[in-house]
Amino acid sequence: MNLDWDRLGPLLWQAGGETAYMVLITLVVGGFLGLLLGLGLYLTRPGNLLQNRAVFAVLNVAINVVRPVPFLIFLVALGPLTRAVVGRTIGIEAFTFAMCFMATFVFARLVEQNLVSIDPGVVEAARAMGASPLRIVRTVLVPEALAPLILGYTFLFVGVLDMSAIAGYLGAGGLGDFAIVHGYRQYDWAVTFVVVVIIVAVVQVVQLLGNYLARRALHR
Amino acid sequence: MSQPIISFRDASKIFPGRGRRAEVRAVDGVTLDVAEGEIFGVIGYSGAGKSTLVRLVNALEKVTGGSVVVDGTDLTGLSEARLRGVRAGIGMIFQQFNLLSSRTVAGNVAYPLEVAGWSREKRRERVRELLDFVGIADKADVHPRQLSGGQKQRVGIARALATNPRILLADEATSALDPETTQDVLALLRRVNRELGITVVVITHEMDVVRAICDRVAVMEHGKVVELGDAYQVFSAPQHDVTRRFVSTALKDRPSPEVLARLRERHPGRIVTVGVDEVAGSSALITRTLREHGVDGTVVYGGITEVAERPYGSLTLELVAASPGVRPLPDGVAPADGVDAAVAALRRVTDVVDLGTAADPHEDPSVVRRGVGQAPDDGPGGEERRARVIGGPARQVGGGPFGGPSGMTGGNDLTTGIIDDGGKR
Ligand SMILES: Nc1ncnc2c1ncn2[C@@H]1O[C@H](COP(=O)(O)OP(=O)(O)O)[C@@H](O)[C@H]1O
Ligand SMILES: [Mg+2]
Repeated sequence: MNLDWDRLGPLLWQAGGETAYMVLITLVVGGFLGLLLGLGLYLTRPGNLLQNRAVFAVLNVAINVVRPVPFLIFLVALGPLTRAVVGRTIGIEAFTFAMCFMATFVFARLVEQNLVSIDPGVVEAARAMGASPLRIVRTVLVPEALAPLILGYTFLFVGVLDMSAIAGYLGAGGLGDFAIVHGYRQYDWAVTFVVVVIIVAVVQVVQLLGNYLARRALHR
Repeated sequence: MSQPIISFRDASKIFPGRGRRAEVRAVDGVTLDVAEGEIFGVIGYSGAGKSTLVRLVNALEKVTGGSVVVDGTDLTGLSEARLRGVRAGIGMIFQQFNLLSSRTVAGNVAYPLEVAGWSREKRRERVRELLDFVGIADKADVHPRQLSGGQKQRVGIARALATNPRILLADEATSALDPETTQDVLALLRRVNRELGITVVVITHEMDVVRAICDRVAVMEHGKVVELGDAYQVFSAPQHDVTRRFVSTALKDRPSPEVLARLRERHPGRIVTVGVDEVAGSSALITRTLREHGVDGTVVYGGITEVAERPYGSLTLELVAASPGVRPLPDGVAPADGVDAAVAALRRVTDVVDLGTAADPHEDPSVVRRGVGQAPDDGPGGEERRARVIGGPARQVGGGPFGGPSGMTGGNDLTTGIIDDGGKR
């Protein structure tokens, strides 16, 4: 055990900052776009408020195609688009872009699955009271599915953290990169261990927070 | 009838088939008017098209043929935005209540007011008023899951009345409730109708609901209205098998074959079932007829209930010629003839089913022998029964006040001639 914290400390701090940057941006952007995409998928499903077979089929297929692709391969495959949007295919911005993309599709499916479980009767009741589709989204769909949406979002966080480690390894920096460069490659298990502990602790805290908020949402 | 508040003209709703699923004619050429201020019932079995019909009124579904006019507005071809306005002016309650679990009771009742753009203060005042009216003011801040079914439906009613609609649609509103709570909710609906003057359209598969509150009723089957009219008339002289089946669920006044067998053991005399209703045989008239023929009638079975607040049912009597010691018979009239004459006389005042005596039993021609819902082409067994019925005494099968499970013999076939409405309608 010869942890050189004077040297590693600032590097770890910086790595944590990079991970936070990737994860937070992805959670905000992917969460928002994923919510919209999920709502779109739900609403255009045959029999629902804005049913539209063509749009539904396109969204559904897109999500089914993107979601199961391993993130490492997805990163590479998205290269041309990343270059077009960000200007380059590596670096933290480029990888964050790819992460937002993937997170959007992952979360869209989670959102849709949670919305499907809402009793269609309450949507019908709102419609019978003259509510517009937009109002129904805002005042019925999201509030009624809030608890599972919070849990889904918590789940998304863990997935995004996972993606950030892969991105980090490919050169975006962050905790994953730190664990490999200063731990794994140096045969320094202590460093790897510290990073793992940090990640587990963060995931634990976020999960607890998510559970707490979801419970609050249910017990209102 | 003044200008009807709801008017269907040859209205149809066809759900297109997909793949190998055939199209569904959920509502098929319905023409009917609902008068302002009445409680109108739509009764039918599951899948008859009742919900679809009522959903045409607030345009949750759009007609695929014909038209629906609500409060002077033809809904056909209105834009979605205009339809939202129409919907906001019509209240609706549901079997499963459909309350928002994310809101309190007060929040649920306030929902339509938010849609209608009421200010916060006006909303709060109106919500209090509504919860008072339905009798759950103390539950304002409670979440729906903490309420009983009856209380949930009261919230549903309060919510439906929030924007002062002129029409309230109730789709199986009591079907998820126990009998007692059902009566409470029905009483509340009657208050809504009488005190607020709101036209109520009640959809149900329960005869008791129609019996309790409806002024007029439409009976639906396979998307069509098969009977329509004053609730009492429709149920006291049902013309259609479906109607008869509903009547028989509300009143078990006719002895089943098993009961009849036991009755015959106990009562060796002539057993007849006579109809009791407002139009024909009042029980006073029946008693007088028997007395005139020197016959004693002992009530051995039966039931009389109310439809639309009027009496209706049947009594099964054992008829025995009074012993000469009690009342001398006219010269040369044998006791058995006295009973025959009495039966003939009864036929003139009401519907009669002659079940014969223990020694010479007549089968009840109206007994349901086969499962309900038989197809119009009911196989050879049906033919056999039908023939026997037609061969029977003229007024044997009542379309009359018996209601009962009668007429089942002919399946759904109205044209076999076995249905004798006795000129009642
Ligand atoms: N949205 C729909 N799509 C296809 N078929 C439907 C739809 N809604 C109702 N139906 C069909 O229309 C018929 C009548 O249904 P409904 O009006 O719900 O009957 P009821 O309320 O009398 O039970 C049924 O056969 C039902 O399956
Ligand atoms: Mg229904």
